[in-house]
Amino acid sequence: MEFPEDLKYTKEHEWVREDGDTVTIGITDYAQDSLGDVVYVELPEADSTITSGDTFGVVESVKAVSDLYAPVSGTVTEVNDAVVDSPESINDEPYGDAWLLKIELSDAGELDGLMTAEDYKAYTEEEK
Amino acid sequence: MTLKKTPLYDTHLSLGAKLVGFADYEMPVKYTNLIEEHNAVRNACGIFDVSHMGEIMVTGADALKAVNLITTNDAGKLIDGKCQYTLLCNDAGGVIDDVIVYRINSEEFLICVNGSNREKAYRWITDKVSEIATVRDASDEYALIAVQGATSAEALKAVVGAEVITSIKPFSFISVDISGKKAIVSRTGYTGEAGFEIYLPTDLATDVWNKLMATADETGILPCGLGARDTLRLEMGYPLYGNELDEGSSPLSAGLGRFVVLDSNDDFIGKCALLKEAEEGSLKILVGLEMEGRAIARGGYEITKDGITVGHITSGTFSPTLNCPIAVGYVDAASSKLDTEVEIIIRGKAHLARVVRPCFYKRK
Repeated sequence: MEFPEDLKYTKEHEWVREDGDTVTIGITDYAQDSLGDVVYVELPEADSTITSGDTFGVVESVKAVSDLYAPVSGTVTEVNDAVVDSPESINDEPYGDAWLLKIELSDAGELDGLMTAEDYKAYTEEEK
Repeated sequence: MTLKKTPLYDTHLSLGAKLVGFADYEMPVKYTNLIEEHNAVRNACGIFDVSHMGEIMVTGADALKAVNLITTNDAGKLIDGKCQYTLLCNDAGGVIDDVIVYRINSEEFLICVNGSNREKAYRWITDKVSEIATVRDASDEYALIAVQGATSAEALKAVVGAEVITSIKPFSFISVDISGKKAIVSRTGYTGEAGFEIYLPTDLATDVWNKLMATADETGILPCGLGARDTLRLEMGYPLYGNELDEGSSPLSAGLGRFVVLDSNDDFIGKCALLKEAEEGSLKILVGLEMEGRAIARGGYEITKDGITVGHITSGTFSPTLNCPIAVGYVDAASSKLDTEVEIIIRGKAHLARVVRPCFYKRK
């Protein structure tokens, strides 16, 4: 199980990567492993807004549907259409090619409320 | 409540299975990857622990009469060594359970019931026939291993003689000796592939499992969990009790009319109600639904026609064989004709769907 040091994490198993003015978000290795084979992803459109803690889409495995919870608030600047076309890439590259959205933050302070890799790893071990 | 463990519990743990509570048991939902497990059954062979299923013995001089009183199919058609799919219904024609009845001999029948209905079915059967037959819940005496797929007969040779295996026709079974103990090998299953189910004494379960698994190099046998069992059965349109069947649904509305024998002289519980339903037509009918796109309709989602609710989804999943979503559900009779266009409401949004026969896969 991978927990890259340069990312921040949420209790709902999303990750956030800071890239200058925007952040990239996705779901964690732990999340994809728990879900199993991902077969469908539904994401908001570019220019829509998302609010921290609210659902912004779904990811479905063969067995079940799971909501995606926004780790931060802001405007969607880019949607990863490739992951919508090939949902299974989430199982292979949850931190790489299978990112979900790029977001322009409305409140950069929200990042301080997210977990470090170390904290998140400890959190997933408690969840088991 | 503490979940029970099947005799193969330690085997599942050593194989790294993910376990979930199902029918009072801790059962493997998957070992490694659901789609791989599913494909193993479609292309080679899979092995399932289904020991959560219940085995109820009905015995005595009037055992056949007892079985015919409580089941919708005609058990009188069975000869020794044959089995049939059938249903236990209540007076209103609602389904108590869907089961397989095995005729061991004229005075001894085994009814394989769903794990989730074991106690209810046992109480029901006892209540209805204990005056004419002896009813015994033998579930704890049996482990049940299913071996399903094209190479299942090859795998089974590790446990039973080859000439015995070829002698077992579909919906037939045979009593065999395994390590000096009595077991039943039946040519039945829940996947749509050729396959066998082995009822065996619990203390033989691990040994038989391991012998079957040892054929992996030749047969490609792979351990499969309940997840793959569900996608396999849904591709075939086989009903799952609790989803497509319950006490408020009749076998006729579920498309199981061929397992309901209404023209014999024997009366079974629920026959009056089912005769009436056969005459008047079912109010709701189970249909298959084909959708465009990749969104998956799940159990409970609403089905509408021109914006008006006409039914709901009972099971939906992603079909690994067809590589697209599949679903079944009940709709009002008026919306049940093939090719009727309906909508399925997925997260508040209407998705176009077309009514199809509830069978999505044909064996190669």
